[in-house]
Amino acid sequence: MNYIPHTPQETKEMLNSIGLNSIDQLFKDIPAGYRPKSFNLPEGRSEFEVYDYLKRMANKNAIGLVNFLGCGFYDHNIPAVVSHLVGRAEFYTSYTPYQPECSQGTLQAIYEYQSGISLLTGMDVANASLYDGGTALYEAAMMALRITNRNKILISGGVNPIYRKIMYTYTSNLAIDFVEIPLEHGQSTREEIFRHLDDKTAAIILQNPNFFGAIDDHSDIIEAVHRLGALAIESVYPISLGILKTPGEMGADIVTGEGQSLGLPLSFGGSYLGFLATRQEYVRKMPGRIVGQTVDRQGRKAFVLTLQAREQHIRREKATSNICSNESLCALRAIIYLSILGKQGLKDLARLNFDKAEFAKSRIDQIKGVEVKRSSPTFNEFTVCLPKDAREIIAPMIERGFSPGLSLGKYYKDMENYLLVCVTEKRTKEEIVRYAENLEVVLWS
Amino acid sequence: MELIFERSVKGRKGLRLPKCDVPSAKDIPARYKRKGIADLPEVSELDVVRHFTRLSRMNFSIDTHFYPLGSCTMKYNPKFMEDIAKLPGFSQLHPLLPQLLLGGMLTQGALEVLYNLERLLAELTGMHEVTTEPMAGAHGELTGMMLVAAYHRDRGNQKRYIIIPDSSHGTNPASATIAGYQTISIPTDKNGVMDFNQYKNKLNSEVAAVMLTCPNTVGIFNSQIRQICSLAHQNDALVYYDGANLNAILGKVRPGDIGFDIVHLNLHKTFATPHGGGGPGSGPVGVRKDLARFLPVPKVVKRSDGTYALEENWPESIGRIASFYGNFDVLLKAYAYILLLGKDGLIEASEKAVLNANYIMAGLKKYYHLPYDRICMHECVFSAAKQLEKGVHALDIAKALIDKGFHPPTIYFPLIVKEALMIEPTETESKDTLDRFIEAMKEIAELSQTNPQAVKDTPLTTPVSRPDETKAGRELNLRWNP
Repeated sequence: MNYIPHTPQETKEMLNSIGLNSIDQLFKDIPAGYRPKSFNLPEGRSEFEVYDYLKRMANKNAIGLVNFLGCGFYDHNIPAVVSHLVGRAEFYTSYTPYQPECSQGTLQAIYEYQSGISLLTGMDVANASLYDGGTALYEAAMMALRITNRNKILISGGVNPIYRKIMYTYTSNLAIDFVEIPLEHGQSTREEIFRHLDDKTAAIILQNPNFFGAIDDHSDIIEAVHRLGALAIESVYPISLGILKTPGEMGADIVTGEGQSLGLPLSFGGSYLGFLATRQEYVRKMPGRIVGQTVDRQGRKAFVLTLQAREQHIRREKATSNICSNESLCALRAIIYLSILGKQGLKDLARLNFDKAEFAKSRIDQIKGVEVKRSSPTFNEFTVCLPKDAREIIAPMIERGFSPGLSLGKYYKDMENYLLVCVTEKRTKEEIVRYAENLEVVLWS
Repeated sequence: MELIFERSVKGRKGLRLPKCDVPSAKDIPARYKRKGIADLPEVSELDVVRHFTRLSRMNFSIDTHFYPLGSCTMKYNPKFMEDIAKLPGFSQLHPLLPQLLLGGMLTQGALEVLYNLERLLAELTGMHEVTTEPMAGAHGELTGMMLVAAYHRDRGNQKRYIIIPDSSHGTNPASATIAGYQTISIPTDKNGVMDFNQYKNKLNSEVAAVMLTCPNTVGIFNSQIRQICSLAHQNDALVYYDGANLNAILGKVRPGDIGFDIVHLNLHKTFATPHGGGGPGSGPVGVRKDLARFLPVPKVVKRSDGTYALEENWPESIGRIASFYGNFDVLLKAYAYILLLGKDGLIEASEKAVLNANYIMAGLKKYYHLPYDRICMHECVFSAAKQLEKGVHALDIAKALIDKGFHPPTIYFPLIVKEALMIEPTETESKDTLDRFIEAMKEIAELSQTNPQAVKDTPLTTPVSRPDETKAGRELNLRWNP
């Protein structure tokens, strides 16, 4: 099965008009000795057979688990309208809006997305999106190096450990001096940060809420960073910004984050959405595509890709990044989601997440031998100290129908007994209570 | 058209949230809270539906228009692939689940898909092992360059340069630079391929790798690829295959068989996954056997008991290049496409893609200058040099095509062709569509001679005429302000 419309007669006519007799003659530039040593692929199948096979594969995965696992990737409700609109083929079967006159739909949607991200983060401008939250943070670090011409970066141990690993991978061939700021009670302390901060520092990378869900106000750190001519990069969780102090209010210079929580399904890790926002003065140092508003020949409002002189297709080896695409369809999802949620909706949603998580904290805290860590306020995710290695409760909790959270020993030494638990608006009171009851049974029976 | 923000009516709501079934908690201290509220739109669900539906209708797309954008492979995106990505067993799966104890057993279907797709892509390219993690072609290139660096570090080589032909995509030199290398550009000869003698002269012991697109961006298969690869290997340099144009040669030649060491594929091009208005894409990377130990983690492995697992402990790995396992929904769609077409379907796809490109080339060469007049592969590159004599640029021809109901080809790329028009029809277009396109191009060529101003005045049928790009760059307006 394939999607080729040619009839044998048409193929013949077409070959004739090229002046050839056979398809093979089209490939005469490929020397005979270059033919494949093997090409062992399965025979084609019908649509029904492939769908049926993949449906069986899908059913091998667990979907009924009540989810308390987050870690930067969250199980939020996605209103039906989001998928329906994103499923319009005029959006998803188009490509990069190189020809603005016949791509105003995509261009305006990206402009609206940039506006939404700017408003959410309290920053001046945002780009058209990057691959995911982790690679966006790496791009932010590279941007800070370009702006400051320095090569030392401080990174909080509270930044998502997956993101930190990505950062180290990409920079392993570059002369960058990374200093990881250790944690005390789940936060990077001011003392440690100020001890390492100096006039060689290009940027500090912070996360709010941090990987443990802990909330902070980084204004004082950012002020100190600016006094030394360095930049502050904040990685944020967009839903939390319905109520939390924005990185813009704290004075941050570059803000990134994972946009998955803005209407994207978890989908086993992708496609996701990396967002990046900054201050007006740094816009020309930003990586990735940017859409701007202008006018057409009649003076009507029109949208175009702009500041392209930063990009690889013009600048080649001198480009600000090698990125050549954006996660356009994911960005479209995000702006549709933000629109349907609306001004009050985002705030209410954030509050709902907070209230549910606080309830879960108080309920889990009642379990014998279990302590919810309360050294900082949290948003919708928090750490729980168990009386034994947290890995031991994972399998029994999964068997009882819960995805119980992440055992932290894998990423943090000395935290074997800690569990990172997330509660979104989708969790009901009844599920939270059952979770706590089951955890108690698993721990003590 | 007005912005969604401009449709806002104070107090209007689009969504009802679940009622809070737990007691309201004590508030977060004020110093941690945002002042005020993000000024998102206040609109109803129908407002949102009308707004984005109207926006969608301002786009050209494959489903509505012939879209022969060179190098981008805008072929038909089969609908059933969308349904597969939406299956709850895939779409609701948390990516960290397999990293929990026992969680791996609850994601066997997803891991098996990844494993099987990697095996298929390895066979298609003649490589030993594949990673699905890179999220776009350019991301694959960067991953490839880091693999090059890992290889040379392992051998104690001090290498600084990457050789790239001047016909390459801009991502090649950008990726090489970002990975910490300097680039050497090799010009294209009169036959449209990398100048072999210049290549030989520039190649030295400090060259880490050669990056090639094959067929190249003027749509030509270089018959000397084997010699190019073996010369590189004599200098202990690796050869990187930019898979942007792999769709031309499926089943005809495999990069791994002719000397390439590292390959990236663009699944959104060769395997028909939707381009989404500019992404998400997918750029898996394949390597020859001795480079497999450097591939990024986590790796999907098949255990002796037939189950699948993630393996993170590969000490020589370059590390982690993405949050998870790649753009999983795109990978799923590509896997479904490969299974559907199968061996013969994939080979025929390449054959008809090449046939279609040559048919357009033959149909247009009387009217447009053809810088390299020889059989092409999946795309052909013309120049608007003849039309330029009357002051008509490639850009003007592109805009005139829009008025005739066609998405324009890629213009001004590759950079080595003046006023380039790069046309890639793909195999899913029929002869009658191609005939109409050829006819439209012919009419534009004629109009360029008789009334060039009329061509320069296009497009007239679109929601906006040509935007002022200079103004956009000078008077930056990148967002709505409350």
